[in-house]
Formats: sequence, C-alpha cells, structure tokens
Amino acid sequence: MQLTKSIAAAAVLAASVGTAHAASETLDAVKAKGFVQCGVSQGLPGFSNPDDQGKWTGLDVDFCRGMAAAIFGDAEAVKFTPLSAKVRFTALTSGEIDVLARNTTWTQTRDTDFGEFVGVNYYDGQGFMVPKALGVASALELDGAAVCTNTGTTTELNVADFFRANNLNYTVVAFEKADEVVAAYDAGRCDVYTTDRSGLAAQRTKLSKPDDHVVLPEIISKEPLGPLVRHGDSGWGDIARWSLNCMINAEELGVNSGNAAEMAKSDNPGIKRMMGTEGDMGSKLGLDNSFCSNIISSVGNYAESYDRNVGPDTPLKLDRGVNALWSQGGILYAAPMR
Amino acid sequence: MAIWRDPDKRAVIYQVLVVAVLAWFVWSIISNTATNMEQRGLASGFDFLSTGAGFGIITTPFIPYTEESSYFTVFLVGLVNTIIVAAVGCFLALILGFIIGVARLSSNWLIQKVATFYIELFRNVPLLLQILFWYSAVLKPLPGPRDLHEAGDKVFLSLNNRGLIFAEPIGQEAMSTVWWALFAGIVLTFIVRALAKVRQAKTGKQFPVFYAGLGLIILMPLVVYFALGRPMDFEPAEMSRFALRGGVTIIPEFVALLLALVIYTAAFIAEIVRAGIQAVSHGQTEAASALGVKPNHRMRLVIVPQAMRVIVPPLTSQFLNLTKNSSLATAIAYPDLFSVFAGTTLNQTGQAVEIMAMTLAVYLTLSLLTSGFMNWYNSRIALVER
Repeated sequence: MQLTKSIAAAAVLAASVGTAHAASETLDAVKAKGFVQCGVSQGLPGFSNPDDQGKWTGLDVDFCRGMAAAIFGDAEAVKFTPLSAKVRFTALTSGEIDVLARNTTWTQTRDTDFGEFVGVNYYDGQGFMVPKALGVASALELDGAAVCTNTGTTTELNVADFFRANNLNYTVVAFEKADEVVAAYDAGRCDVYTTDRSGLAAQRTKLSKPDDHVVLPEIISKEPLGPLVRHGDSGWGDIARWSLNCMINAEELGVNSGNAAEMAKSDNPGIKRMMGTEGDMGSKLGLDNSFCSNIISSVGNYAESYDRNVGPDTPLKLDRGVNALWSQGGILYAAPMR
Repeated sequence: MAIWRDPDKRAVIYQVLVVAVLAWFVWSIISNTATNMEQRGLASGFDFLSTGAGFGIITTPFIPYTEESSYFTVFLVGLVNTIIVAAVGCFLALILGFIIGVARLSSNWLIQKVATFYIELFRNVPLLLQILFWYSAVLKPLPGPRDLHEAGDKVFLSLNNRGLIFAEPIGQEAMSTVWWALFAGIVLTFIVRALAKVRQAKTGKQFPVFYAGLGLIILMPLVVYFALGRPMDFEPAEMSRFALRGGVTIIPEFVALLLALVIYTAAFIAEIVRAGIQAVSHGQTEAASALGVKPNHRMRLVIVPQAMRVIVPPLTSQFLNLTKNSSLATAIAYPDLFSVFAGTTLNQTGQAVEIMAMTLAVYLTLSLLTSGFMNWYNSRIALVER
C-alpha cells in the first residue's frame, strides 16, 4: 500500500515535470470520480440548505459549486454531504469529503489539528437572541439564564468564556443538531439562543413567531467562517483558495455572471489574467486557464452569491457590513491573481 | 512425515498457525491505523485528557466540574451520568416489568388486556421515537418558570419546562440521629424476620414481618424526626429574572430518557417474566393450592422462585440493552458519556481513536460487570441437580 502510493506519487510527479503545476493527489482522485465531495451543514438557510426542490443553495454551497466549475467547468459536478458540527472534522480527515464548507470558524487549534483553512467567505461574530418579552437589552443582564447552543462548536466555548469573564451564572443546554437547538429555544427550554449572528438570522426564520425575538447588540467573539481542506495536499488547498479568491477578485474588478463573456475581451490585464485569456493562472493549479471564468459565469462573483443567499433581499436580511470589499469599507480583501 | 501422521502434533501445528495469523491480523490493523494517522498528521496519545475543557455541562452530579476542569473530568462526568441513568433505569424497569408481566397473566380481564396493550404498544415503537416523544411532546410543552412564578418568589416545588425543581433539604446536626434511627430500623427488621422464621418453624405461627418492618423503617425514624423538632431545613429555590435558582433540579432531559428507557425495556421484561411463570408447570400451582397455600404466598413462595431460573438469563440481556441504549441520550441534551465525551470532547480535540477506544472500554466494562453480577445471581438461584 505504502509502496504503491509512493510509486503513484512519483509517476504523477514525473509526468508533471514538464508543466509547472503542483501535483495534487486529491485533484487526481476528484477528476477520476468526476465530482467534488463537499461537506456542508445539515440545513442552515443562507449558507447551505436544500431548497423546496431539494437543490442545495447557500454561500458555502456556492463555494463548492465554484470549485466544481473550476475543475470540471460544470457547477453541478459536486455532491454534498450534510454533516453535524460534531462529525465534520472527522469526515474531512478520514477522506469522506474533499472539502469542508460548513460555516466553520477558523481557529488556531482547528488549523493545526484538523485541516488547512483556505480563506474566509464570511466574517461573523457570536451573538445572543432572546424573546422580546424578557425585556433584556444587553447580554450583561443574562445572569442566571439558560442558554441553548450546539455541541462541538466554538460557540459552546465562547459562551462559557463570556459568562465566566463577566461573572454571570448560566446553564448550558447543548444539542447536537441545529434544528433541535431551535426547537428547544422555541419551546422555552432556554431563555437565550446563542450562535454566530448570521446563524441567528438564519435560524430565526424557523421560529414559530420570528418577530417576537430580538438579537442583542453584543458580539462576543470573532468568527471568521471559511472552507478548509485536509492537511498534506497543498496543491488541492491552492485550488480551493484561488477558487474563493477568484469570486472576491471578480467583484472587485466588476466582473459578474452577466458580463463575464464580454469582460473576457477586456483590455485590462488584471481581468485578462483572471479570465484566462492571458497568462497561465489556471495551469499553475493543474486546471484549465479558464477556471475563474468558469466560476464567474456559472456561479457568479462574491457579491452575487452574497445577495442571492444572505443579502438584504433574502429572509436573512444581512447587510454587507464588514463583509464588504476593502475598497468599500469592509475587510474582504483577496490576494491578487498574478 | 511422521509429524503429519500424528493427530496431536498436527493439532498443535494448526493452533500455532491460527495464533500466528491472528497476531498478524491484529498487528496489521494497529500498524495500518498508526501509519494512516501519521500520514494525515493526526497526533495520538492521551495527553489531551489533562487539558482544560472550556465548555459548560448542564448537570454534573457528584463530580465537581467547572469550565476549567480537564477533559478527563468531562469523561468522569459523562461516566457518572451514564451510570446513574442506567442503574435507576434497570431498577425501575425490573419493577415495572415484573408488575406488567404478572398482570398479563391475571385472571381479571381488564388488567390482563391493559397489560397486553402496554406490551404490544411500547415494545413495537422505536426507542429513539419514544425518547423524542417524552422530551418534545410531553416535557417541553410544560409551562416555563416565568409563566408560573414572579421574580423573587420562594418556591418549594415546581414542575416546569426547566425540569422538576424542589427545595434543597439541608440537615441540621441532630439529623444524624434520624439517620441512625433509620439504620437501626433496617437492622431490627432483619432480626425480626429471622426470629419470625424460627418461630414459624417451631410453632407454625406466622408473624406479620412486613407491617413490623414498615413500622420500624418508616414510622420509627419519623417519630424521632418529629421528637427532635424537625431537624431538617428546606432551602427553597428563588425565582430570578429568568429561572428558578437554588434548590435541586432534575432536568427534563434526564426524565425523558429515563421514562423512555424504563417503559420500553419494561415491556420486554414483562414478556420474559410471563414466559418464566408459564414455564413453571401448572401442577405446581395445583399442588400448592391442595396444600392450602394462600394465593399470594403461592406466587411468592412457589411459582416465582422456580420461574427465576428461566427469567434471569434473558433479564441480563435486557439490562445490558438498557445500559447501551442510554447512549441515545445524545439525541436530547442529556450529558451522558456518549454525548459529552464521544461527542463534544471528540469534536474539540479530534482524538477520535483514543476517545472511541475509551468509550468502547467503558460500555464493555459496564456490560461485563452487569453480566458478571447476573451470572453470579443466576448460579445462586439455578436448579441444583444431582
């Protein structure tokens, strides 16, 4: 097994000496099976949620479709594995999925122990939601409250830190599935529901009376959510990273799914490199040079994906906020493609 | 050549070969796992057990736990929670199962049909569904503490969707006398029972041991308790802005899990009890009647002791099932071993192999202890043949 693997690796390496791109075991395996296996949530509106036709939609789902478009030129060449917060990393490290895009917070422990984060597709922070009837205006008034949350999340750790740091008592009721947390909160098992603020906005739509609940102003943590890949295959990590950067850069350069074909003919060298009409940005990754152009024309740029899934016109009603481009007052800043 | 012709030596050679193959198999599993883990960059070892957990747990009986406690403490908390629900569950399931099993054989039409209905209903509905039913449909819709109490209320007993909350009993110094009275009552009951047996053997006269015991164990400590001026304080829970604080809380997750496990397992135990009783030949009942043994004595002294031989071995399996089924706690937020250790801890540390091995070892140990005890009990009550 060991020996055959090294021979195969050597063969791939030998074959790729001519071209400059790095060999990626995962890319070869993905090409061989014909689709990307992507780990997503068990249903978080706006991020990864099956719609009424059973088709997966969301910000994280769009990232996965982008990778499929980059590799196969077909945004549908992707299969989704719904994972609980608890099993997501085991699924990644065991090789069950190729990439994990499951509103996962980038932390040092996770980056060193579980996989390689390739970027951030949503800057989030943890917040609290309470019933309006409680008349609570600040999280600091929550002394003695029962808090519903998910097991195996940074949320569970942050909430413990927050209450300890402020010397407040609390009881934690931790469920494995997000739906169970919502159901328990809705039934009054706890006074407070805590998760990332985007998650609160998404789960609120599932409550029986969404308008009876209010999100408190405190943001108690930094939650940079991003996709990650397994350690040990940096070539595959590069493909994921530049698929994400492609979508963000496209927004910055004003390229979207509507004008992609026309912009490919642009004189702007930056756009030309990105669209693959100039240079070899794609083949450096072991992909077609038009990989980014494929992502934009089939999935769209970051702004399109944002507006479609979580933006002000969706039930989540989330403003761009810090997730706006750096040039527009946000902190979204993708490395240049050159 | 001669070696192959000798069946004894041939047998030894086969045995050696089998052991060698088995050893190779085990070794290759271990080395494969180690290699794969190394390749994936997964650290192994049990060092993680001493790191701080950092998360809260809803109920941690007997084990002092804070967010600063280590993952090993999390392991202990999970273990204790599992043992509590399994032990209480086995005890209650046995009692309920026995009652239903005997009721199933009752000559009273109504009792018999109710027992049959119970068995057929509860053993044919999946356990997970029953857990979710008790939790989501029965306990969660209870009114919340804010619907029942005003802030600042002192509450001695409250049943709401946060659980069953009652005043915490705090014994004064004199309370130890009451406990001694209780202990003395239990010892005296055993003495009375022994004396009654001797008397019955000598004179044939019976003594109401049950009522005497009742008086000694319950009435005597109560009399002492009141004579000493009720040396027990009850510290009520106080309604804060959100929920009741203080007092003793039995969380609804525990109650839901316990109810489902007990009711489900009792249905199986009832059938085992019925099978055991029916395995005793009807001639025994008739013989006992012919000798003038009273009906309730007939059951207790003649039928049940003989039925136990048949009941105990399958009963062991039911206890084992109940213990293992308690891991379904993870579906509702009861922090048993599987939920907080094989769940949360695994997720926070990623030490899948070590944590799963420890969890497996715990369930295996609990099961082996249960079956060890039941086998010992079985050998004690088994029919001694010549």
